[in-house]
Amino acid sequence: MHKIALIIQREYLTRVRKRSFLLTTFLVPLFFIGMYVGIIFLTKKSFDETHAVVYIIDQEGAIAPKLKSTKNITYIHSNKALQEQLSTLKDEEASNTSILVIPKDFLSNPNVEFLAANKPNVSTQNEIKSNLSDIIRDFKYQKLGINIDSLHNIDTTVAINAKEVTADGETKDSNTEIAMGIALALSILVYISLFLYGSQVMRGIIEEKSNRIIEVIISSVKPFQLMMGKIIGIGLVGLTQFVLWVVLSFMLAGVASTFFVSKAELGEQVMGSKMMESNSEQIAQSGGSLNGISPEAWAMIQSVNFTEIIVCFFIFFLGGYLIYSALFAAVGSAVDSETEASQFTMPITMPLLLTYALSFGVLMNDPHGTVATWLSFIPFTSPIAMLVRVPFGVPLWQIVVSALLLIAGFIFTTWVAARIYRVGILMYGKKPSYKELLKWFRYKS
Amino acid sequence: MLEIRNIVKQYADHRALDDVSLYVPEGKIFGLLGPNGAGKTSLIRIINQITAPDSGEILFNNQPLSSQHISAIGYLPEERGLYKKMKVGEQMVYLAQLKGLSRQDANKRLNYWFEKLEIGSWWNKRIEDLSKGMQQKVQFVATVLHEPQLIILDEPFSGFDPVNAQVIQDEILELNEKGATIIYSTHRMETVEELCDNIALINKSKKVLDGSVKEIKKQYNSQTYLIDYQGPLLSDDLLNNASLFNIIAHTSHQDETQLKIKLTEAVTLNQAIHHLLDKIQITQIKEIIPSIHDIFIEKVSQSSVTHA
Repeated sequence: MHKIALIIQREYLTRVRKRSFLLTTFLVPLFFIGMYVGIIFLTKKSFDETHAVVYIIDQEGAIAPKLKSTKNITYIHSNKALQEQLSTLKDEEASNTSILVIPKDFLSNPNVEFLAANKPNVSTQNEIKSNLSDIIRDFKYQKLGINIDSLHNIDTTVAINAKEVTADGETKDSNTEIAMGIALALSILVYISLFLYGSQVMRGIIEEKSNRIIEVIISSVKPFQLMMGKIIGIGLVGLTQFVLWVVLSFMLAGVASTFFVSKAELGEQVMGSKMMESNSEQIAQSGGSLNGISPEAWAMIQSVNFTEIIVCFFIFFLGGYLIYSALFAAVGSAVDSETEASQFTMPITMPLLLTYALSFGVLMNDPHGTVATWLSFIPFTSPIAMLVRVPFGVPLWQIVVSALLLIAGFIFTTWVAARIYRVGILMYGKKPSYKELLKWFRYKS
Repeated sequence: MLEIRNIVKQYADHRALDDVSLYVPEGKIFGLLGPNGAGKTSLIRIINQITAPDSGEILFNNQPLSSQHISAIGYLPEERGLYKKMKVGEQMVYLAQLKGLSRQDANKRLNYWFEKLEIGSWWNKRIEDLSKGMQQKVQFVATVLHEPQLIILDEPFSGFDPVNAQVIQDEILELNEKGATIIYSTHRMETVEELCDNIALINKSKKVLDGSVKEIKKQYNSQTYLIDYQGPLLSDDLLNNASLFNIIAHTSHQDETQLKIKLTEAVTLNQAIHHLLDKIQITQIKEIIPSIHDIFIEKVSQSSVTHA
């Protein structure tokens, strides 16, 4: 036991002290923050681009006041003549400024002219069209003597409040989008890190083999101790990295949000001065919901059981890591170089790749279906499949059974891997076949 | 010290060790000889408990060999290797700790050795920054740092220049004087007679010869002598006496002749000389003693003939 601790210590310290460890530990959160900022930036930009300012030249007279600015269009009632307004259109730098000319006989002959410097945006046109037809409809209702208010009362929007019924019969709000987002993030995280740390185990073993230090080490410790020491040591490196990422991400996110929020506020002021007062409020609202999180979303995020997800993440990430790193260890022991290893790593990581691919489709769309349920029980696929399902709510007994199967799977693969490993590490020069591996497996110790 | 009894090790397609028994006496240097692929490394790995034999047993100080003996054995494998990226001192301490030494003891002994071999300045260098010969020296220190009772050296001199080879040889002899038993495995014979007290010869998975170097040489005494005398080569009839000896070869140089004779079985040298005394003027008689090298070659070629 003391010797395993020594090996774990060496494996852990040599990796944590490396420059590349520090680099990935600090750069990855920066990368994610950068992505976060990038998304905000792009969303804002596309918002700016689809937003149109429409000057209305209302020859009819009664239409313009009824056109209320919306999220996407700011209507401005122009008192200028058409020619005069056209010249401002040319001066105007913003490409998405346009002029709407409403003719005198609009109500009897609903044809309008839409003038834009660039090609008119189709969605803007559609929205104007629907706004205008609403006005005509209301006008016609009025002509027929129908009370518009009572009519509007008839139009009812049905709101669906999706609620989950838990085993205790309690109901709780469920939000599928947030669950999907978390599931997706977990799937990617587990997939990448299983590969990352699994192949580190493999590389470490190939290094020991090609260095020829292996014979010195296993004259002091049992091959199994060396293999487990390496697997555990690198697993701890992984956990350290996760913890550092979480801490750093929170810190950076904190710094970034204070910085960006103040900047966004500044931007609103500039925009607000340009627009009519009634519109700036809407802009502020929509802009605000992009940067911050709306109260409803907060409530939904808080409804997610983070403790459960984090606990499950640690169980299933660790279980999956132990299973796959044992397999990677067997592969590493069997080959002399990393290039030789690929013929073996492909098949052993197949279940992982398959589940990863499925997590974007079947697993996410039907997290409680037959496929998802089965995959979340099989030890080779459950690390991803179960974590994808957990945000959608999984009965406790399923998690427990799956975790137990995972432990059984880990014991089994470690046993198999150790039998191949003890022979493989002393074999040089020949590229092993599967038949050869089976033979090694059957050797008496 | 070490008693190896009827070891058999079978790999899938060949038998690496076939019923090998050896006795390594305490405090001696034991030469484990054999051509490449004879089974030396397989045997060494079994002694180091890297692999287990299919049958047979090994006694270490009269106890069955077990994991408690690991710290009493030091092993320098033929294929040397260390962690390339690790610093020398750190790596030595790690390897010593794996052999059961405490960190403090490892540091202390390491200082002693580094001073002795004058390599103290290497402590904080990475292995990959050392030359091949320097790495070998470091690895030798790693092998003996935990002061093992039994030191197994597989081709310890390969990769050393003559000067450093001598340094290492002196260290080996000193360790032996201090009481360590040494198993020295090699297929190079030059150093064997100089170093070894006992040897065993393994060929084609089988032990073909073992015993003390002196006894083996006695046993392989070829009963062959060189006899120099003054005068020309005499006719065979006059000298030869098949019941006593055969003349295998002869050379003449001016007035000096040298005969190489092989005594017939159970004939003593005295009898042969007695026969020659009144015929020639003997100036010198020399026994031809076979070297371990000759015995090795003879044994190996013998067994390959019988196998073919």
